[in-house]
Amino acid sequence: MSTQVTRLVDYDDAVRRFDPVIGIEVHVELGTRTKMFDAAPTEFGAEPNTQVTPVSLGLPGTLPVLNRTAVEHAIRIGLALNCEIAETCRFARKNYFYPDVPKNFQTSQYDEPIAHDGWVDVELEDGTTVRVEIERAHMEEDAGKNTHVGGATGRIHGAEYSLVDYNRAGIPLVEIVTRPITGAGERAPEVARAYVQTLRDLFRALGVSEARMERGNVRADVNVSLRPSPEAPLGTRTETKNVNSFRSVERAVRYEISRQAAVLDAGDRVVQETRHWHEDTGITTSGRVKSDAEDYRYFPEPDLLPVAPSRAWVEEIRATLPELPAVRRRRLQAEWGFADAEMRDVVNAGAVELIEATVAAGAAPAAARKWWMGELARTAKTDGVELAAMPVTPAQVAELQGLVDAGRINDKLARQVLAGVLAGEGSPEQVLVARGLEVVSDDGALLTAIDEALAAQPDVVAKVKAGNLGPVGAIIGAVMKATRGQADAGRVRELVVERIEQS
Amino acid sequence: MPGRHAAGPSSELTRLSAAELAEALRAGRVTSVEVTQAHLDRIAAVDGAVHAFLHVSAQDALATARDVDARRAAGEELHPLAGVPVAVKDVVVTKGMPTTAGSRILEGWVPPYDATLVERLRAARMPILGKTNMDEFAMGSSTEHSAYGTTHNPWDLERIPGGSGGGSAAAVAAFEAPLAIGTDTGGSIRQPGAVTGTVGVKPTYGGVSRYGLVALASSLDQAGPVTRTVLDSALLHEVIGGHDPRDSTSLTDALPDLVGAARRGATGDLTGVRVGIVDELNGEGYSDGVRARFDESVALLREAGAEVVHVSCPHFGYALAAYYLILPSEASSNLAKFDGMRFGLRVEPEDGPVTAERVMAATRGAGFGDEVKRRIILGTYALSAGYYDAYYGSAQKVRTLIQQDFAAAFEQADVLVSPTAPTTAFRLGEKLDDPLAMYLNDIATIPANLAGVPGMSVPNGLSDDGLPVGFQILAPARADDRLYRVGAALEALLESGWGHPLLAEAPELPTTVTVPTTEESIR
Repeated sequence: MSTQVTRLVDYDDAVRRFDPVIGIEVHVELGTRTKMFDAAPTEFGAEPNTQVTPVSLGLPGTLPVLNRTAVEHAIRIGLALNCEIAETCRFARKNYFYPDVPKNFQTSQYDEPIAHDGWVDVELEDGTTVRVEIERAHMEEDAGKNTHVGGATGRIHGAEYSLVDYNRAGIPLVEIVTRPITGAGERAPEVARAYVQTLRDLFRALGVSEARMERGNVRADVNVSLRPSPEAPLGTRTETKNVNSFRSVERAVRYEISRQAAVLDAGDRVVQETRHWHEDTGITTSGRVKSDAEDYRYFPEPDLLPVAPSRAWVEEIRATLPELPAVRRRRLQAEWGFADAEMRDVVNAGAVELIEATVAAGAAPAAARKWWMGELARTAKTDGVELAAMPVTPAQVAELQGLVDAGRINDKLARQVLAGVLAGEGSPEQVLVARGLEVVSDDGALLTAIDEALAAQPDVVAKVKAGNLGPVGAIIGAVMKATRGQADAGRVRELVVERIEQS
Repeated sequence: MPGRHAAGPSSELTRLSAAELAEALRAGRVTSVEVTQAHLDRIAAVDGAVHAFLHVSAQDALATARDVDARRAAGEELHPLAGVPVAVKDVVVTKGMPTTAGSRILEGWVPPYDATLVERLRAARMPILGKTNMDEFAMGSSTEHSAYGTTHNPWDLERIPGGSGGGSAAAVAAFEAPLAIGTDTGGSIRQPGAVTGTVGVKPTYGGVSRYGLVALASSLDQAGPVTRTVLDSALLHEVIGGHDPRDSTSLTDALPDLVGAARRGATGDLTGVRVGIVDELNGEGYSDGVRARFDESVALLREAGAEVVHVSCPHFGYALAAYYLILPSEASSNLAKFDGMRFGLRVEPEDGPVTAERVMAATRGAGFGDEVKRRIILGTYALSAGYYDAYYGSAQKVRTLIQQDFAAAFEQADVLVSPTAPTTAFRLGEKLDDPLAMYLNDIATIPANLAGVPGMSVPNGLSDDGLPVGFQILAPARADDRLYRVGAALEALLESGWGHPLLAEAPELPTTVTVPTTEESIR
C-alpha cells in the first residue's frame, strides 16, 4: 500500500471537467444445492472444509461433472437480461497458482459465454431509467477462502500463516459483464449502485440466488475511467475489486472519479490496475498492475463436453420466467393507484413486498401504504432497522386497519395498538383488549359525560342554542378528555348537538 | 510351457490365463486364496529382478480372495472373474492403497477414494495384488522415468519393458499377475505389450471411465487391459468398461460384445473382414525383424479369409509433433495441482520466507523429475498468450486432419494394422538422454489417441534378436469388438504355428527368497 497521500479533486469539479465511463462485473453465487462440478453441498456457514468432496479438493484423478441446475440458472439470468443464449459454448481452464484454487486452475467460461449481448433497464431513485448494455454472462466456479492469521490487518502481508477453507471452492457463479456505460455523467456512481441493486432484485425474483450482499452472494468489481469529453476515446480504466454493498459501489465509483481526476490534472497517466476497496475508510488502494506477465494460459477444458442447451429447453425456461421486478412494479403501481412519486418512495423504502402482502391480507392499498410509509417507516428509522425487519407482519397491519375500518378504534388509538404489537404484546386484537383501547360506543356512558360537560359550561349551551355552533367543540373536547379519547368524536358531536337542542 | 519355471503347484497356477483360472475357480478345482497366494509367492520370488510392483497389497488381496471363496462355498452367484487377481498401474487411484503415479511428489499419499475402474474390479471381487511401476505421471516409453527405480523386461533384464506402463506389462509377462490395468495416452499400454510379448488394449476414448486416473493428458488418456491372451483382455475390458456418470467424457453407449467377438475370432476365420495396412506406419524407422513378423502376420490374416488393402493416412506424419504439443499443454495444467498444499510431498524452501508460492516452487522443484519438468515447461510455453494459436491451436487442427484420415481409411477397411512399435526393447539407459529418440517409440501408437479410436497390440513373434514384437490393430471408435475378433484370430493362427504361447519362450527368471516389496515398503 502506498504511503503517500492520495490527491483528490472535488467530485463536482471532477465531473464538470471529465466524462466518467463505468463498467461493472457482478458475480452472483447461484443457490444450487450442490457445487458447479461435483456433489458437495453448498450450505453457508458450515465448519471449514466440511462441504467438500475429492472433486472440490482437486484430488488427483478427480473429474468435473457439470451441474444442470447451475446451467439452467445461468440461462434464466441470461434471458432475464435479454441476452442471446449460446447454442453451444465451452468451459476453459484459467491457469494460475494460488492456494485457494484447488486445481491451480479455475474452470470458467472464457471466449464462449452461455449468454451474451443483452440489456437491462435500471431505474434511478428519481424515476429516470437508464439502459445498461450487457456484454456477456458466463459460468464459472468460485475459489476457496483464505484467512490470514497473525497479521495486523487480516491481509496476507505480515501474516504468520494462512488457513484455507475449501467450502466455497466450486460454488457455481455467474459473472455478468456490462459494456462500457457512457453518458451517465455526474450520476455515474448512482447508476452503478442502481445497476447492482437491479441485478440483486432480479436474482431474487428469478430464484437463482438468495443474493445476500452481506454473505458475499453478490460481489461487484467496478471499472472506472475518465475522458475529457464524451467524444474522446475511452481513458485508461482501473478495476476496483470486491465491492460488496450498494452504498460501497456508489462510493467506490465516486472515489475513483475524484482520484483519477487528480491524477489527470497533475498531467500523470492513470495506471491500468486492479484496486482494493476499503470499506472502513471509503478509499481504494493500488493492487496489482495488470500487465503481460498475467497470462492465464486459457484453453478449452478437456474434461467437460461443450454445453449445448437445446432451443426447446431454453424456451421452456423462458416460459417459466417469473414476472421481473420492473414489470411487477409497474403492474402493482397501476393496481394500487399510486402516483409515480408515491410508488418511487415505496420502492426506495423496500416496502413493495410488504404493501403487497398487506393488501393481500385485506387492507386497502392506500391504507397499507399509509402504515408502512408512515408510522412504521418512522419507527424503523428511529430504531435504525430495515422496514422488513420490524416486528410486525403485513397480516397484522391489515388486521389493525380492519379494526379502524370497523370503527372499533380511531387512528390515534390504532397507533397505540401498533405500538403494542411492536412491543410484542400480541396481535392487534389482543393488544386492543389487553390495553382496553376500544372506542367507547355506549351512548349511555357518553351521555353521562356529555351532561356533565354541558352542566359545567352553561355559557356554551346558550351560544349554541342561539344558533352559533362554533363553541360546540369545547364541549366535545371536554367529553373526549373525560373518556380518555376512547369516544368516537363524530358520535359525541351528534349527541352533544342533539342534547342541546332537546334542552 | 508349464514346468520351465520354478516347479510346484502354485507356479502352475500362475501359468494359467485368467479365463482358465476363472473356470477352475468356478468348477471348484482351486480356491481364490490359492490362486492369489500363488501370485503373491511369484511376486516375492521374481519381483526383486523385475521390479514390476511399487506396492504389493497382500493382505487386501487375500481378504478379497477369502471373501470370494466363502461366497462361492455358500453358493452365491459371482462375477465370472471373481477371485481372479489383478495388478493395477500406479496411476490409478486406489482407496487406502498408496498411489504415486511413479512420482516423488505423491510419495506417501493414500487416496481417500477409488477410481471408478477400481470400484468395478472390487465389485467383481477381483483381488488387487498391488500397484505397478510406471514412468513418472506416465511420461515415457521405458519406465526408466519412474522415481522408484526402473522395471526390467522379463525377456531380458537388461532391457526396458516399455512404458509408461512397463510395470503392468512386465508383471503379466513374468507371471506375477494374470491380469493388469494399464493406461494409454500415446501408447503406454500397447508399446509395453509389444516389447514384453503381452496383449494390451487401448479402448475407444470414453469407453473406460477416467475418474480416478491421475490425469496426464485428459483428451488422450484411456485405461485398458494388459493380459497374456486376447480373450483375457476382453474379459477384463468388460469389467472396467461402460458409462460412468462421474466422467463427462464417458460414452453412454453400451459396450459391444467383446468376449463374444474374441471367441468368434479364436476360430481363426476372418472371411469378409477388410484389413487395411497403413502405409505411413510401416517403413523407414521400423526394424527389419519387426517388419518381417508384421508381413508374415498379414499373410496369415489373408489366409484366414481377410481382404487385405493398403490405406494412406497422409497426416500421420504430423501426429508426433501435434501430440507433443497437446500432451504437454494439458499436462502442464493437470499437474498444477501438485503443489504441496493439500496432499503428497511438501517441501519448504531452505532459506528465506515460507510463503505459499515458495513452498509450491520448492515442492515442485524437488518432487518432479526431469522429464515431467521438461513437458510442463513445453506445455506452459505452448499455451502462453501469443503462442497458443501457433502451437496448441495448430496441433488441434492436425488432430482433426488425423481424425479425417482415419475416417477415410475406415471407409476402405474394417480394421487398420501396423507394427505396434518400430523396434524391440532397447537397452536400459540407451535412450535416456535422448528424449526425441524415446518419443519416436510411440510413432505408430499415437494416432489412435489423437483420434480417440481403439487399438490393440498382439504378440507377433520374436525378432531376429530373440525379443518380442507387437502387431497393432486399430478399429473405428466404439467398434472395439473388431479388435478382439481380429486379435483373437491372429493369436490363434500364430500360436498354432508356434505350438505354444509366445511367453513360453521367455527365459526363466532368477528367483530370490527376500520379498522386495512389502505391504509397508513405500508407505
